Parts: sequence; C-alpha cells; structure tokens
Amino acid sequence: MSITELGMPGVRPVHGQGNLHAQVAFPRAAKKELQNEQMRANIRHATHSIRAKRASVVGEVPDWQQLRDAGSAIKETVMAHLPELLEQFEQNVSARGGVVHWARDADEANAIVTRLIQEQDATDVIKVKSMATQEMGLDEHLEEHGITATETDLAELIVQLGKDKPSHILVPAIHKNRDEIREIFRREMPETTDELTNDPRVLAEAARKHLREKFLTTKVAISGANFGIADTGTLSVVESEGNGRMCLTLPETLITVMGIEKLLPTYQDLEVFFQLLPRSSTGERMNPYTSLWTAVTPGDGPKNFHVVLLDNGRSAVLSDPQGRSALHCIRCSACLNVCPVYEQAGGHAYGSTYPGPIGAILSPQLTGITSQENSSLPYASSLCGACYQVCPVKINIPDILVHLRDEDVRTRHGKRDRAAPAPSSDDPAIHAGDNWREEKSLTADHGEGGHDGAPRETSLKGLATRARRAGRKVREAVPTRAVPSQMDAMMKGASFVMSSGKRMSLAERGLPLGRVVAGRDHAIGWLPGMVGGWTDERDIPEPPKESFRNWWKKHEGETAQRLERDGAAPASTGDDAAAATPAAEGTVRSGSAGDENDARGAGNPTEGGRTAGHDGENA
Amino acid sequence: MSMDAKTEILARLAGALSDRPQAPEVPRDYRRTSELSLDEIVDMLEDRLVDYKANVFRETAQTVADRIATQLGASARYVIPEGFDTALLPEDTAARRAIVDPNDSRKASALTVRDLNRVDAVVTSSTVSCAQTGTIFLSARPDEGRRAITLVPDHHICIVPLDTVVELIPEAMSRVERSAPTTMISGPSATSDIELERVEGVHGPRTLDVILLG
Repeated sequence: MSITELGMPGVRPVHGQGNLHAQVAFPRAAKKELQNEQMRANIRHATHSIRAKRASVVGEVPDWQQLRDAGSAIKETVMAHLPELLEQFEQNVSARGGVVHWARDADEANAIVTRLIQEQDATDVIKVKSMATQEMGLDEHLEEHGITATETDLAELIVQLGKDKPSHILVPAIHKNRDEIREIFRREMPETTDELTNDPRVLAEAARKHLREKFLTTKVAISGANFGIADTGTLSVVESEGNGRMCLTLPETLITVMGIEKLLPTYQDLEVFFQLLPRSSTGERMNPYTSLWTAVTPGDGPKNFHVVLLDNGRSAVLSDPQGRSALHCIRCSACLNVCPVYEQAGGHAYGSTYPGPIGAILSPQLTGITSQENSSLPYASSLCGACYQVCPVKINIPDILVHLRDEDVRTRHGKRDRAAPAPSSDDPAIHAGDNWREEKSLTADHGEGGHDGAPRETSLKGLATRARRAGRKVREAVPTRAVPSQMDAMMKGASFVMSSGKRMSLAERGLPLGRVVAGRDHAIGWLPGMVGGWTDERDIPEPPKESFRNWWKKHEGETAQRLERDGAAPASTGDDAAAATPAAEGTVRSGSAGDENDARGAGNPTEGGRTAGHDGENA
Repeated sequence: MSMDAKTEILARLAGALSDRPQAPEVPRDYRRTSELSLDEIVDMLEDRLVDYKANVFRETAQTVADRIATQLGASARYVIPEGFDTALLPEDTAARRAIVDPNDSRKASALTVRDLNRVDAVVTSSTVSCAQTGTIFLSARPDEGRRAITLVPDHHICIVPLDTVVELIPEAMSRVERSAPTTMISGPSATSDIELERVEGVHGPRTLDVILLG
C-alpha cells in the first residue's frame, strides 16, 4: 500500500490520552508548588549541579555542534519518512522472531500489554523506567487487572513506594532529598531496620537487596526504548543502575513499549545519539550501561519478545509542520535543568508525564491545545531560550511555544473554528479541536481526492504559497466573530500604537506621568483590571526618564565613531543596520555557555528583539 | 473503528505528512576517525575508566594470569564463557575454580541465574573499547558469553586487548556485529537518583576490573 493512497482525506490525526492532561492549569498548580520550600530547594540543588556537569562534558567535545546538526537532521528524516520506517522496523523485528503490535492510543496499548502478560499466566512483572508506559498509566491499569508491576529504577522505586508522582524525566524523585527517601524506604521495605541511614550508598544498597529476588524470579518484564532502529529492528535502552539489563536479559518474556517517534533510520545513526544523549542527560561522557538487542537471540535472553508501537497523539503532533519537531525529543531532560520556570515550579506543576520546556510544547500538542488545562502550558516560559541552546537535537522550543500561544489565542477566539458556534460555553475546546484540523486541511494539500475543489498546484513552492494564502484567508475571515476581551482591547491598542513610529513617540511622551504615579517609591504597586495580575505579584519599576528612541537619537553617531576608531569601515549608519547588529550580538551573548552559541539561535524574533533593546540601553 | 490499528496509524501519519516535508541530507562532518596515536588513545581510555571508578591494570600475556589471580583472591568460584582463552587464566586451586558456561542458556550445562548469583566473579574478553567515553563493548562473542553471565555476578574482570581500543564512538560502533545482543559498559553500575550524587554499585556488578592486555 503506497503512502499516497493512505493520504486519504477523512483520516484525521487523533489526540492522545492518559497521563498527559493536567488536572489543574499550570498557573494554579505552580502557585501551590511554589509554597513547597523543601521541594524547591531540592530541585534547585539538583538542577544546578547537573547543569554544571553537563556544561563541562559538552565543553570537551570539539564537534558538539556537528553532532547536534546531524542529530537534528536524522530526526527530521525520521519524521518525513515515519510510515515507511515503521514498516521497515516491523519487518526486521518479525524476521528475528519478535512480534510487533500497533496501538492507536493509551487504552489500546494497555489492553495489549495486559493480554500479553495474562498469556504468560503472570501476575507479577518488573519494569524498567519508561516514559511511554508512564504516559499510558500502565501500572495503574495493570493493578486494576490484578497484575503487580514493580518499578526497578531507583528513582521510580522511590516514587512508587512513596505513592508519589515523577517530577523529572531523568531523575523522577528529584523533588525528594535523602532524608525523605530514607523515610520512604524504612516504611515500605520490610527488610530494613532502624540502622538504615540517609547515605545514598546505603539507600542504593537497600534497593539492591529489595529487588534482587524479583530480578531472579520474575518471568515477564516491561521496558521502554530509547531508540528503535528501522534498518535492523534493533532496540536500545540507555541506563545506569543495571536494572535495565536485568529486565532486558533475565525474564522469559520481554514487552517493550515504544512511541512511534523513537525510531532512527539506520544502526549507524546510533553513533550520533550515543554521543548526544548521555552528555545532555546525566552530564556523563557515557552512562554506565547501554543495551542493544534485536528481537530474540536463541540461548541469550528472553524467549519471547513483543514490541508495542504507540501513537497516542503523536500523529497529531506530526500534523503540525510548525510544531512537529517536538517529536525529535530524545528525553534527555537538559531543557528542564536549565529552565528558570521549571527550577521554581518543579515538575508536578506541569501535570503531565512530560514536564519542563519540552513538556510545555509536547503535552498540549499530544492532547491538542484545546485541552483546557493544558492550554496554559505554552505560557509557562519566559522565552529565554536556554532550552533551545542546550537541546541536543536543536528543537526550537521558544518558537514552538510562541506558535502554540498563537494557536491557543486563535482557539479562544474561535478563529480555528469555521463550523462550530463561537465558543461561549465552559468548554470551547472539544469542538474547536476537531475544526482545528479543518483549518489544517486548508493550509496543507491532502493530495489526491482533496475536497476543496481548488486547482491543484503540485510544486512544493506552489503548495507553500497555497498554504500561506489559505492560512491568511482563515485568519482574516474570522475576527469579526470573536467577542473582544480586555486582553484583546489591550493588544489591539498596543498594536495600534506600536505599529507607527509617530504614535509610539507620542505615547512615550507619557513616560513622566508614569514617574509621577510611581512617586517616591519609584515603583507602581497597583494597576487596574486584568493587568493587575502583574502588580499582585510584584511592583513595576518606574519608567525611565526618557525613551530609548530619544536616547538613541542622541547617541546613534557613537557606533560610527567607535568603528572608525577601531579601524573598521562603518557598514551603514542607517537605522536598520544599527538595529540589526545589537540583535544578532544580543542573542549570541545571551547564551548560557560559550560552547553552544549558535547564530541560528537568533531564529526567535521575540528573543532577538528584546535582547537588542537591553543591549542598546546598556551601551 | 473498522480499520485495524496498524492501517489506521499509518493512514493518520500519511495524513499528517500531507505537506510532504523533505528529509534533509544528514551532515556527517562530526569526527569519525581518530587522529591520536594508540598510546594516547589507551591513556585516554585508562583515564576515563578510572574516572568511573573502574580498576584498571596494564598487563602482558606473561603477567595477566597473576593479575586475574590477585583480583579474584585466594578463594573464588568464577564463571568464564566457553570461548575464553584459558591460557590467560591462573591454575585452578582447591579454593579457586573456573566454571565454564556453554554460551547458550538452553543447554543443560548452562548456569542458571541462581548459579550466577552464587558465583564470586566472571572473567570475559571484550569486542572493542571507546576511549573518548570510557566504554567497553560486549557483543556476545564466544569469549564474551551471553549477557546474563556479565550481569548477575557482583565482580566483572574484563580483558581489553590493546588492539581493540579506539578513540571515537563511530569507530567503536563500526566494529560491532549489528544484530548481536550488545552491552556497552562504562564503569561499574551506578546511580545518581538521590540528590544527583553518584553512587557506584546498584544492580549490575559493583566491581569492574579492566585489564588492558598488550
């Protein structure tokens, strides 16, 4: 069956389910988490120490940027050819005695895994840390069916015994310190005594003893996968403790659950990712253990091997050309460790299996931005861009955050909803979600059998033009229907003022008024209406004496003078050139570590623009 | 839903890719061949292994048996894979004895996981080692054995012949049989799950002795 035939209209991507939806919207959840001083101290300590380790091991790799470029291109290739690669992967796994299962969503995947365990007459399984099964809520599902799943990763074990939720991709128990962990072990491990101390060495030893017998006797194991290789059918799990090796090697039956985006086209591609992942993740040159296996090897390891390929919203993410690179994620968690928002709010505030910056773009795309509690996630960022700088596969997280904010605003305004009535109910999400796809069908060619009857343009350029045109049409067609909110009025006003130099200049004459309001405290402590949300949390500093525009008028000649003094020919003293230079510099200088500055980081206009402003003022 | 899951997922994906994104050329201008001498590479490997808290020894064909004897201690029952070169081993004594695993768990003489849990150590060779990351590759060759034997015992003595040491990951990966069950080992088992403080020794062997043989 060819791909063209499959590209039929009517098969829409479907959003995911499971532990992806926040129960409480981020702003409220974060407020609660911020009260937890212990958690914040633990997370600050942990993220800072791992950040330093990462910077040091990344710094010693001279070809780090080349590796990132390769990693990014490989993942882009995977997304472009995902259907063919999945089929190739399936063929190779089957050829080596493995069984491939396909799961549209979490429910289907849970049902498949449960059935496979029951076929082995097992009531106990061991698990190695897996984001996919966490996303599916597999442990809970198995419990309902009388199957006990034991997490064997130390951090997952801490979370499971503490009846807690993971808060970090790599170190799920990062929010607990050694005293708290000692308490959990003492309470939940019957074999421990009061002699158990809070020394990490002693606690690790307790976990070893606790799990040893399980490893030796359990017949069925469940794992995730870091990578699946299409051209060989090989799978890989990257880990530290050896619990992964135990699960992958000792049981009779191994069931691996893998998100469909985890593929790599060739075995050779591993040489890139085995360099990118450990340094970005644990800040080590290499993690202690990496396992590679290709279905069944007679006489070595499990006799039965199953792999479950999980969609659960990934196809929906793939359908958005501007957001799909979120699927490139290799779950290293470097973006969490550098994020100023994550550092304060912690992982639980994000609600989903995927916290931090990557979670803020992945969760709302997996569930649809129309999923109400997740629609606030794209705002859980200062757009500082640190996440992009450290991302080993160069996912432009700030860009996607801005894109999703745009999607969210347009959803709220019914702008993505051509057919359904304007959203006035409590839950505008569900219908708008369907119709989002309608707009997508306008902005992208559906190939043969497209249903809009427009003349076909087949060249790529033609397609792109059509898509842009259609997108504009949709955006322009709807605004009349939206009920303007306070925010809209503000934005409209700001746009009116800022789109004209004259109007902006006029408005800036009001600066002294702001200084009067600020008074002797030099701060504004209260603002009316919805902007009051700002002053609820902090004061606004008084406005500057003069606007940057005025300041620049007086000082713009200095650039040329300085260049002349340094012996370089001034390229241009025009406004455009002068404004562009600090923008580019600003982005480079804003990087967290010199080694990873990438001029392409300037891709985010918001970031570049704002930094430029700062630099101008400091000049 | 009448369609089966596979057909539907593939159809969803095809629909999602209706904008026909083009796959880029993958730039492979990262380092793929070392420019260092073998001596420098071996020094680097030793440095990285020690950093991971592995014990590293440089031995020759003449000294290796004594080294293994020392590391095993006077009293030890230890496993070797069937293809291991016994000329490298110390003579068995009343208290120190090698047990041969037939490299196939289906054979009657294969050690069970219980047996493996009771032995004191395992001695194997290795396929290739990457100096840049301090990583030893085991790929289930006859002198490396099946995966379980290097996992369950608490002490792994691993021989690294000097001619199998390379600097870079791409160089190492190209020497591994792609379909072989492969384990990449970088130091003894470890965890950083408690306050991100690295602790060596959780479920895998807690002691890793590496013998650089050349």
